[in-house]
Parts: sequence; C-alpha cells; structure tokens
Amino acid sequence: MIDVNATMARLERARPGTVILWTLLFLGGVVMITPIVFMAATSFKTGQEVYELSIIPDKPTLANYVFILQESKFMRWMLNSLWVATFSTASVLFFDSLVGYTLAKFDFRGRHIVFIAILSTLMIPTEMLIIPWYMMSRSFGWIDTYWGIAFPGLMTGFGTFLMRQFFMSLPDELIEAARIDGWSEFAIWWRIAMPLVIPALSALAIFHFLGNWTAFIWPLIVTNDPDIYTIPVGIASFNGEFQMDWEIVMTASCLATLPTLLVFLLLQKFIIRGIMLAGLKG
Amino acid sequence: MAEVTLDGVRKLFGSVTAVEDFTLSIGNGEFVVFVGPSGCGKSTTLRMLAGLEDVSSGSISIDGRAVNNIHPKDRDIAMVFQNYALYPHLNVYDNMSFGLRAKRLPRSEIESRTHDAAEILGLGDLLKRRPGELSGGQKQRVAMGRAIVRQPKVFLFDEPLSNLDAKLRHKMRAEMKLLHQRVQTTTVYVTHDQVEAMTLADRIVIMNEGRIEQVGTPDEVYKQPASQFVASFIGSPAMNFATGMISNSSRQTILETHSGVDIGLASSHVVQGRQVHLGFRPEHMQLADVAKPPKGHISISGDITVVEPMGHETVLTCDGGFGEIVGKYEGDKHFRPGESVYFHIRTDRLHYFDLETGIRI
Ligand SMILES: Nc1ncnc2c1ncn2[C@@H]1O[C@H](COP(=O)(O)OP(=O)(O)OP(=O)(O)O)[C@@H](O)[C@H]1O
Ligand SMILES: [Mg+2]
Repeated sequence: MIDVNATMARLERARPGTVILWTLLFLGGVVMITPIVFMAATSFKTGQEVYELSIIPDKPTLANYVFILQESKFMRWMLNSLWVATFSTASVLFFDSLVGYTLAKFDFRGRHIVFIAILSTLMIPTEMLIIPWYMMSRSFGWIDTYWGIAFPGLMTGFGTFLMRQFFMSLPDELIEAARIDGWSEFAIWWRIAMPLVIPALSALAIFHFLGNWTAFIWPLIVTNDPDIYTIPVGIASFNGEFQMDWEIVMTASCLATLPTLLVFLLLQKFIIRGIMLAGLKG
Repeated sequence: MAEVTLDGVRKLFGSVTAVEDFTLSIGNGEFVVFVGPSGCGKSTTLRMLAGLEDVSSGSISIDGRAVNNIHPKDRDIAMVFQNYALYPHLNVYDNMSFGLRAKRLPRSEIESRTHDAAEILGLGDLLKRRPGELSGGQKQRVAMGRAIVRQPKVFLFDEPLSNLDAKLRHKMRAEMKLLHQRVQTTTVYVTHDQVEAMTLADRIVIMNEGRIEQVGTPDEVYKQPASQFVASFIGSPAMNFATGMISNSSRQTILETHSGVDIGLASSHVVQGRQVHLGFRPEHMQLADVAKPPKGHISISGDITVVEPMGHETVLTCDGGFGEIVGKYEGDKHFRPGESVYFHIRTDRLHYFDLETGIRI
C-alpha cells in the first residue's frame, strides 16, 4: 500500500511537466503518423476518391493491390531492391567495421590522415558525386547492372566512423588476451571484437538498409531498363505512365514499407547495450 | 617450465622512459614478484615479457630463445590481466578453451584439459555461465583457469587480485601459492601490495621509477634493504626514519638529527660526519619503562599522538622530536595520547642509508 501511495504522490507532483511533455509528444506523433495513415487509406481507395481527405474509404477496394502485384513489375523491383540493399548492407557491415577496427585499435603511421580523409568524404554531398559516378559507370559498363546501383554505397565514411567509435571503447586487454591465446589479428576481429559491437552493427545495418531501400536519385540515373529498377525508381515510374495515379503510388509505397518494418523488427532486439564490459573486473 | 632472462631491457614511450636497464634472470619454476609504487614500470616490463610491447633496447629470452621479435602467441606464455579481460560473449568453458582452439588441438584433448583446469579451480558448476553472471572472485578464477589450461612455459600475472575485497584476496593468495606448488610453472607476478609480494615470492624485484632497486628473497629485502626506498616500501607499518649526521660527542656516537634532537647510538660502523637516514622498524621497537637502554640497544623517546588498538597488538604513533615514529606493542597495557614512552631497539636492527643516494651503508 505504501508503495502505491508513494507512486501516486510522485505522479501527482510530476503532473504539470508531464502533461505538457505528453501533449507535445502526442502532437509530434500525430504529425509523424498522419501521412502514413493517409498513405495506407489511399491504397484502399478508388481513383475517384483519391483527392478526398477521408481516412475510411467510401468504397474500400483491393483493386490497387491486385493491379500492382499482377500487372506491374513491382515484385521484380522489390527483389531488385532487396538484393541491392542486402548486398550493400553486408558489404558495409564487413568493410566499415574492418576499417573502423583498424583505425581504432592499431597504431600505424598515417592513421590520423586516413581517418580524416575518410571523415572528409562525409562532407561531399551525393549530388556532386553523381556525375563522376555516372561517367565511371558508363566507361566500365555498369549502367543497368546491380553492381552499378550498389557500388557507391559498398563502404561508407559514416559507417567507418561509427564503428571506429564503438571499437575504441572496446578494452585493449580483450584483444591482447586473444593475441596471447594465439589467434590471428583477423580472427580476433571476427571472433572477439565483432560479437561485442553487435548493437552498433545492428544500428548501422538498419540505417544503411533503409537508406538503400529509399535511395532514389542514383538508382534513377544509373538504370534505364525497368527490369533493373529499384522500388523507389519503379514507384516513380508509375507517375509518368499512368498520369498521376496516386492510389497506385500509395499502394506501392505501402507494400514497399513492409520489408523495412521487417528489417527493423528483426534487428532492433540486438540493439542492447552493456554486453561489452561484462567480462571485466569484479 | 622455463628460464626467463631480461638483459638491459629498456622501454621508451616517446620521450618518457618507462623502464631502464632492467636485468634479471628468473630460474626454472621460480615465482618472482615485481613490486613497486604506481607508475614504476611493472606492467610495462611484464607486457614486454608477454610481447604486447616492443622492447626499445636490450633483450629478453625465454627458455634460452631470444624472443624480442617473437609474436606473443609463439612465446608460450599465459597472462592474467588486472581486469581479467574475459571474453564477455563467451561462457566460462569457451573462455578457458579459447586458446586451445587456436592451437587446433583435438576436441577430446581440449575438453579434458578444460575440465581438469575447471576442476582444480572449482569452476565445474559454472562452465555454462557467461562472465556477466559471475562474481568478482569467480571471474578471477576463470582468468586463472584460462591461463593454466594452456600449460604454458611462463605465467604472467598483472595485479590479478587487486580487484577483490580483502578477505577474498587473502583466500586467492593462498590458492595462488597452492597452484604454483602444484604446477611448478615459472611465474612473474606484478603487484603493488608488498604483503602479496612477501607471501608469494621466491624472489622479489622492487622497482622504482623504471629501475630495479633490489632483487632478493623476501627475507633479504626485509632484513637487508638495499636502499632507503626498499626499506620504506617493504614492511607494514613502514620503517621509521631519522635524518641527521653521525658524530662523536663525549665518548658516545650520536646521530645529530636535523631537527636538533640527538639520538644516542651505542656504536656505529658509519664514519663520523656522514649524513644519513637512520631506519628502524616498528616491530623491532620494544616498549620500555626507563630511558636508559640495556647493552646493545639504543633508546628513543616520544609522545604518543595516536593509539590504534588492533586486538593482538597496538600501533602507537608518536612524536619523536625529530619526526613521526610508529611503534608496535604486544601486551595488555593501555595508552592515551599525550603519554611519553621509551622504545629500545637492538643496534643490529638499525639500518643506515646515505642521505643523498639512499643507498645502504
Ligand atoms: N602506452 C603508454 N604510453 C605512454 N606512456 C606509458 C604507456 N604505458 C605506460 N606508460 C608510462 O610508463 C610508466 C610505467 O607504467 P606502468 O603501467 O608500467 O606502471 P605500473 O608500475 O604498472 O603502475 P601501476 O601499479 O599503476 O599499474 C608510467 O609512467 C606510465 O605513465
Ligand atoms: Mg600496472
């Protein structure tokens, strides 16, 4: 009873601040979620109803879904996106953490310069790189290939930086202990360092996968063949072909969101902290 | 088992000299303890032995083989770190067998060796636990287990007990000793705790500011400290010192302390006029009722400032006129601050050190 009373009292005291905070959060939530609700609602509407702001469609229909899944290349684009994003994410997880680890845990000449060079790539906007990328792709024959879509994102400055920061907080003794235990540097990275930064890897994987999934400009430029389109490029192509069929675009967007939700749900449980230091001290 | 030799070893970190002119030869199966204050280079020396730090100059050899350029994994050593450095994501069994797996030993041998080590250390029931689910003492045991399964030529310990509470430390110290008696592996053990050093070591290496001050058995470093630094470092409570000049006045040799109080020395092998630190241990001071010392003793008087009853003995901190002195008393008498007391000390238990160099005279 005493506990309950104490809790009640605390709630009472906290009330004015809490009310304001919750109101703000609620408003923020509404702002965030409205477009998504509207997108979902529109996907069940007919063409005539698209410009009405109703949340519940007058005549709900699945025709849009049927159209997209049967009449368009949507599933193909989905697989394209999935393949490119997965490949790219795997590559980023491998290379960014390998480089990040080296920068964090090895002392070698020029380490600082390498790190700063990698950081400085973060300051160059994608828009500036598109033309060089395109010229490169054309001369190598990468136009309309998965490799062409993926190559600019196979290693990222941001991921390298993120992983370096996490590896820096890894105690040196763990690495030294493994070195004395007789493992190679690569094995130490793979068997000791990597398992301990799984939270960071998960976060990076989510960021990178989502970034790739929604990437638009570069895939648009490097692909001409609809068979190679990624999802965002494909969805945009509905516009041109069918004169602003918003219900189709919204339906496609709804479907395109599903894998990202899945990735998030799968990986978020790995974003737990605290495992790293559990082997030390008393 | 192996002999370990360090010859003129030196370590520079940039312009900072961490270890200087370190020469030591460690016998087969010997238990050697490096002891010294924080920052004196103990860990650095140990890490050079392990191959975790490069040697700036000088040479190290293990079992007759120069190892300066040999990778840690090929030195056949095992190290226990101060913070244990257990792999957090592996359970106790995997932590202990991790090194054996690197050697690609047959599975059955890995299993039997790991289980044997777990048995010795009483870890049998904990093999499936992760480090996060262990107490400090258990983690410490796992760290030791990880070292002994490897059956290395040399054990290196860097303050392995310093994260344990006093009681557990005492227990683990005894276990450490038992373990060494059992496996007889050459061991280098780093600590800043002189009690640990005295109780565990075959030989103690006392270090100060990157240099060796003295190497000797616990008995030697206690009875014949090579320098004032060693004298003040070994023993608890620490040795008392009076600083002054030896002089002969009216038939007697005395120490004219710098604060003006004279201490009568029945006789002394130190030449007249020399500036010295006179040292005497608290446990060698016998409480007396009269000022006049018996033959072969000197007398020191003081006013009690602090009384610390410990049960079996009482530690008395006194103002001796020339500085603070700490004495021990084993008996039933009670003391109060402000009382004057006399202590008698056998002259053969006095230590003289040169004032400038600190070297034993
Ligand atoms: N990586 C390093 N870079 C620069 N200086 C270092 C490095 N490691 C140690 N030192 C310096 O070398 C000296 C010896 O350090 P070391 O760690 O060996 O001391 P220690 O005797 O083990 O002390 P403690 O009892 O505190 O562990 C210290 O002055 C320290 O600051
Ligand atoms: Mg140390």
